[in-house]
Amino acid sequence: MKFGVIVFPGSNCDHDAYHVISKHVGQPVDFIWHRETDLSSYDAVIIPGGFSYGDYLRAGALARFSPVMNSVKEFAARDKLVLGICNGFQILCEAGLLPGAARGKRQHAVYARLETRKRPAHAHRARRRKLCL
Amino acid sequence: MKAKVYVTLKPSVLDPQGKAIKHSVELLGYGGISDIRQGKYFEIAVDGSLGEDQARDEAERMAREVLSNPIIEDFRVEIET
Repeated sequence: MKFGVIVFPGSNCDHDAYHVISKHVGQPVDFIWHRETDLSSYDAVIIPGGFSYGDYLRAGALARFSPVMNSVKEFAARDKLVLGICNGFQILCEAGLLPGAARGKRQHAVYARLETRKRPAHAHRARRRKLCL
Repeated sequence: MKAKVYVTLKPSVLDPQGKAIKHSVELLGYGGISDIRQGKYFEIAVDGSLGEDQARDEAERMAREVLSNPIIEDFRVEIET
């Protein structure tokens, strides 16, 4: 099974993902620069964590417009495996690839409930992390 | 001409940054503050090829597609001629 790890400017967990796939999973893996558009030789694509585009604007908001993301959408539409970790997950949300992330009212309701319950800030973060898992 | 875009969290969305800033400001002794919410401000310089209405349309489209996350944020556009 061939893996690709997508690298955006600012990704910094790309080498971790590469290391895990090559040394621990024991499968072939390549880095894929975000300007590439041909994913035809891969069975699975990993979008690693880090700070794509320095988290400018919003986390993942600018990476979504990188050329590779159109290919990732097509890749996912062909039922191939796409794994987003941390900032990679945020990129997938921004790209509209995760069902649920685009359900405005539902998401909104979660945030609204958290505010009305007056949860402490750390509980809010924990809850959000849980939602992301 | 300039298009100014203000992006703010929707009123129902918790703003932990704003709350942290309010807390620090109060520690510094500033009083009478009931709430602080943080937002983003964009100044977009528009060249002469666009009229005022076109510039507003373009800025609104940009705000909707890129500058804001419409799930949790509102935006407002002002045109300065």
